[in-house]
Amino acid sequence: MNRRSFLTTTASAATVAAAGGFAFAPSIARAQNQAVKVAFVGTLSGPGAALGTHLRDGWLAGVTRLNNQLGGRAVETLVIDDELKPDVAVSKVRAALERDKVDFVVGVVFSNMLQAIVRPVTESNTFLITANAGPSTLAGKGCSPFLFSSAYQNDQPHATMGQAAQDLGYKRVFILVPNYQAGKDAVAGFRSRYKGEVVDEVYVPLSQLDFSTEVTKIAAAKPDAIFTFMPGALGVNLVRQYRQAGLANIPFLSTFTVDESTLPAQGESALDFYTAATWAPNFDNPHSRRFVQEFEAAYGYVPSNFAAHAYDAAHMLDAAIRRTKGDVADKAALRTALEAGDFPSVRGALRLGPNHFPIQDFWLCKVAKRADGKFQTETVRKVLSADADGYAASCKMG
Amino acid sequence: MSMLLVQALNGLQFGVLLFLVAAGLSLVFGVMDLINLAHGVQYMLGAYVAATLGVWTGSFWLGALLALPVALLVGLALEWLVFRHLYRRDHLAQVLATFGVILTVEEATRALWGSAPQTVLEPSGLTGGPMGGVEIVPGLLYPTYRLVIIGIGIVVPLLLWFLVERTRAGMLVRAGATHPAMVSALGVDIRRLFTVVFAFGAMLAGFAGALASPIFPVAPGMGDTVLILCFVVIVIGGVGSIRGAFIAALLVGLLDSIGRAMLPDLLRLLLDPSAARQTGAALASMLVYIVMATILFFRPAGLFPGGRAA
Repeated sequence: MNRRSFLTTTASAATVAAAGGFAFAPSIARAQNQAVKVAFVGTLSGPGAALGTHLRDGWLAGVTRLNNQLGGRAVETLVIDDELKPDVAVSKVRAALERDKVDFVVGVVFSNMLQAIVRPVTESNTFLITANAGPSTLAGKGCSPFLFSSAYQNDQPHATMGQAAQDLGYKRVFILVPNYQAGKDAVAGFRSRYKGEVVDEVYVPLSQLDFSTEVTKIAAAKPDAIFTFMPGALGVNLVRQYRQAGLANIPFLSTFTVDESTLPAQGESALDFYTAATWAPNFDNPHSRRFVQEFEAAYGYVPSNFAAHAYDAAHMLDAAIRRTKGDVADKAALRTALEAGDFPSVRGALRLGPNHFPIQDFWLCKVAKRADGKFQTETVRKVLSADADGYAASCKMG
Repeated sequence: MSMLLVQALNGLQFGVLLFLVAAGLSLVFGVMDLINLAHGVQYMLGAYVAATLGVWTGSFWLGALLALPVALLVGLALEWLVFRHLYRRDHLAQVLATFGVILTVEEATRALWGSAPQTVLEPSGLTGGPMGGVEIVPGLLYPTYRLVIIGIGIVVPLLLWFLVERTRAGMLVRAGATHPAMVSALGVDIRRLFTVVFAFGAMLAGFAGALASPIFPVAPGMGDTVLILCFVVIVIGGVGSIRGAFIAALLVGLLDSIGRAMLPDLLRLLLDPSAARQTGAALASMLVYIVMATILFFRPAGLFPGGRAA
């Protein structure tokens, strides 16, 4: 112990002694009256901003539904834009932890952003709830007692689509993905459950503007179906060109390519295209129906999986804080409460695995046009039941 | 063989679109010696305005047409606010200032339209329905709209050439590029001339954006990727040369499309399939830059050098 910390310790010990035992209880009571502070981290500028917006609005919708309270305590959300830059994410999150003393960090769209902030957050013994990103490392070896997911592990939607292609009996599939890590993971995930022939795997640069070359290749290969993972604007473009080229009779299986964040721009072009998801706006349970209705009333667009997972994250925290009777300082109790995972989810029944990632059903969904002219994904059928990710086994939590 | 024809058409169509964006950039660079990084956001604005007005009026073509005066006005406003203070500055100052314009306009776009890709109407045919396509290869429709773009991309360069080489205004522009002091002495308001050239360049960029909006996603940042390729085009073509820009744009478009189509298959002859796919994809995206480097090695001033505003 160095001199300074020795002095501080004695000083605070003296204060406690002087104030006497009775001073303690009121200070906890005062803490209970203060708002629970939550830092929401998401990509809110740059090309990935649409997803961050969905995630943020989902979180805010969840908090609004809970009367701006989590577990009976008022909540204050600090919205942080990570700008899709790891260094920016880390410095902003550190500021939130050290200066603003947030009690929880939620959000995170992109896996590399989560990987950047996970250590600073968990090492300060603060709970981090990821409402989207779920890289394999953090679900396996790198899991943490302070890290929880209200979403899924990244491989699962791709594997779901692989299983769906297998179930639908497609013999020859053409794969088209962007040439970066997540694209390669998508191929691996798909192939983990699809056993048929892969006619061709085509990798395109992330800055791809035009898919006419690839569309021509698909037409030449005449596959039974194509599988693709083209997030954001890439997907908008691919879907439109695929339809314009008259290829829509070849089934379009995808992940993160047609969802409520891109459908307004894809419109009719995406009709009947497939995607894999944990939830869709047509889920028939009262909790989900109310979420969709309130979300659309507040934000004017159809919520996506991103919004749903963030909405669930709010309920997850609410249930846990309710269990600890509003105490967010007792980390051990809070962890047990979070692990119980007994919160109302728009997805219906849900529980958390040993690595704190949900064990849940995965659905094959299809783009449909609603009576009011808006587009949304709708469930076709359940593909995987109570699916746990493959990394939980290598997670050793302290 | 017919597949190769389709890929060549793809390349041609991409090339003429690149030319439309690069022409304005090359004109401004060549005539006014101004590096305008913000050219990409003018392209983006053209696409956004065309998309919005298209949805508003119910016709893609009406939206695209109305986007032209808007792009022109934005060009005039930007020239008056920012660019006229940069003509006499060095290139570094121009790069910094126009980069600032990119950031400002992109954030403004995001604030106005949000960050999700925009809805764009399908361009309608003469009969009112969607334009459909032509079946060049069995099972693959080649969208008619893309053929229209190729057509426009051949007409516009001819018009530009006529405007610059055969009209009085074009003569003044050419003279202003090489001998501004002399033109000024002959009683021509060189400042106003520059303003007009700049606004015209902005309108060309906006026009390209409007044309591209049904093909490329209309989203924030859409101008950046195009801008980089446009600089490649004007560097290969020779700075300021419209003819060079046209040939270079077609070259870049064809190289990009055919490279992406053929390279992974060609490499499969040498490497195992999975390595060939990924190396091929990586190499195809580098191809344009490799060719640029090679051309610059043999012709440092580009294919058609010297012709400022020729």
